[in-house]
Amino acid sequence: MPKSYRDGLPISSDKFVDQLMRLKRGSISRRDFLGLTGLGLATAVMARELGIMPTPAHAAENLGDRMSIATWPNYHDPQTFENFKAETGVAVEVNVFGSNEEMLAKLQAGGSGWSLFVPTNYTISTYKKLGIIEPLDMAKLPNFDGKSEDARFTAEGTIDGTIYAVPKNWGTTGFAVNTKKLAKPMTSWKEFWDTAMAEADGRTMVHDYQLTTIGNALKYYGYSFNSLKQDELAKAEELLLKVKPHLFAVSSDYQPGMRAGDAWMTMCWTNDGAQLHRDVPEIAYVLGKEGGEIWTDFYAIPKDAPNKPAGYALLNYLMNPKVAVKEHLANGAPCTDARVNALLPKEVLDNPILYPAADLLKPLEFGAAATLTDPGRAELMARFKSA
Amino acid sequence: MRRSFFRKNLVTALLLAPAALWLVVFLVLPFVAIAIFSVGERAPEGGYQAALTFAQYANLPARATAFWNTMVLAPIGALACLLVAYPVAYYLALRAPDRWRLILLAMIVIPFWTSLLMRTYAWMYILGGRGIPALLTYVGIEDLRLINTPGAVLLGIVYGYLPLMILPIYVSLERLDRRLLEASADLGATPLSTFLGVTLRLSLPGVMTGFSLVMILLLGEYLIPTLLGGGKVFFIGNALVDLFLQSRNWPFGSAIAITLVLVSVVVLIIANRISTRLSGARRVDLI
Repeated sequence: MPKSYRDGLPISSDKFVDQLMRLKRGSISRRDFLGLTGLGLATAVMARELGIMPTPAHAAENLGDRMSIATWPNYHDPQTFENFKAETGVAVEVNVFGSNEEMLAKLQAGGSGWSLFVPTNYTISTYKKLGIIEPLDMAKLPNFDGKSEDARFTAEGTIDGTIYAVPKNWGTTGFAVNTKKLAKPMTSWKEFWDTAMAEADGRTMVHDYQLTTIGNALKYYGYSFNSLKQDELAKAEELLLKVKPHLFAVSSDYQPGMRAGDAWMTMCWTNDGAQLHRDVPEIAYVLGKEGGEIWTDFYAIPKDAPNKPAGYALLNYLMNPKVAVKEHLANGAPCTDARVNALLPKEVLDNPILYPAADLLKPLEFGAAATLTDPGRAELMARFKSA
Repeated sequence: MRRSFFRKNLVTALLLAPAALWLVVFLVLPFVAIAIFSVGERAPEGGYQAALTFAQYANLPARATAFWNTMVLAPIGALACLLVAYPVAYYLALRAPDRWRLILLAMIVIPFWTSLLMRTYAWMYILGGRGIPALLTYVGIEDLRLINTPGAVLLGIVYGYLPLMILPIYVSLERLDRRLLEASADLGATPLSTFLGVTLRLSLPGVMTGFSLVMILLLGEYLIPTLLGGGKVFFIGNALVDLFLQSRNWPFGSAIAITLVLVSVVVLIIANRISTRLSGARRVDLI
């Protein structure tokens, strides 16, 4: 490949225009802008490195030259997709989402264009029921080893003995606190909500996500995170409406606010907690002692995937422990695969944010499928947001 | 005779066909689809399920707060835009030196080439803790919060929609016959009463055009309140996004969308009536 002055540029003009047009099109979708920072960075890095990459190896199957993945913010090592492109010639377009509901909505509407996506445990049965996903062809995933997976986290990917989804990583939902601004130690959801209305007035964020925002409000009273009971939800609503005027934001994109110091406390997922703590040491990650959510994110392939061969190829690539270990170091969520854990440095395995003590894990609940489609919880969330 | 008449009509029809096709495919058909959805039911797992019911419309009060917030935001935002835009348009049309005018106009239009999303994101960082508040700590103001406040939302709206307000006002002021201003002065009017009685009066069509343009866009706004308001203030645009993408209650979302379109049409008609009356029975069209 001849060297040209363009090789040194952070992004090629074609890529920039592509990116710009995509953002323009995406400007009506609520959470596309979540991906703006991460996605922009990923593309810039990818393009910069293009000049020094070896010629792509030709795979046996025709993988095409592009595919699209739907995933979560700050969830992958950008280098992973870059390396995948170098090996297979397939460019990966990354779409970032803020909730499972939104992924489901796009897939229900059809024509999502994704060849791989990252649903959370409790949604998989619904995807299967609606015929949106189909059983994975395990012959195409030789890198996956079911025996090395921790069964606690993988159960919901398998329905009636058939594998529909394979795990990426697991995690918890707690809250992050800037301990410089809020010195008092906190250990419970009760303290989270009470502090939001007192010392952290105007500085607290909750997810724009019914499962966790309603679920953790339910925990204030010690109810189940997944409750669908009228009276319990009514209590949670009462709390949420009381807290609403004191909030900084209702948003699942809480890293920028926490990093800039605008927000002092936020509901937070493990991987974000680990990233925030790594970069801003005074930000601590707390698991509510009443419980809350434990989750596993899976990889699945939509039935209408436009490029299934590439979807399988990328999934198989991601299941390679050597690749997966880099993913875990970048996104900070704990892994379900013993082969990957064996490769992780000791300080990662000893990190209490990633691997909390057993007594903190015990009360946590996996999200329940019914919460995803329950109209009552959806309307409660709408009343909370419009209050 | 008859043949040429036919040919003329055929040419007209062919010339209009692309625009008509565009409208049918991208306006009429989606609107029909939404109308059909709006009398349907939410499927148990979300989405749409065929039905014939007006239950979705009966449920509209469930989003009354969102409608109310929007009805308050849209006129206030448009008014704030107007207050900033009018002096700018006035200067451009009547005071700016000729050789600068084009450059100044270009400077107003050029930011429009960048997506509103990106420009609003830029404001997020300017108003965020590492932006202006970080600078203010040097003069001793600590822990000031600018982002996610109503002021930030208003700023974002004025910034985002300003060109849409400036340009129509500029056009109507530019057409202003300067001799009328001289006549007014000759007849003893003070500058203020000349401005109110002649300049402002004659630019009202532009003002109303700009006002209704901005107002209608604000009726569907959701990006700026989400990014600069922290998603705490819920507009009808936010309600729509949530209904389609979160709770996947497409029929209810469709009913709200239809209602929003009807409200927009009513607003347009009222705005048109007012401006027709104010500008002395001259018909005013959008742009």
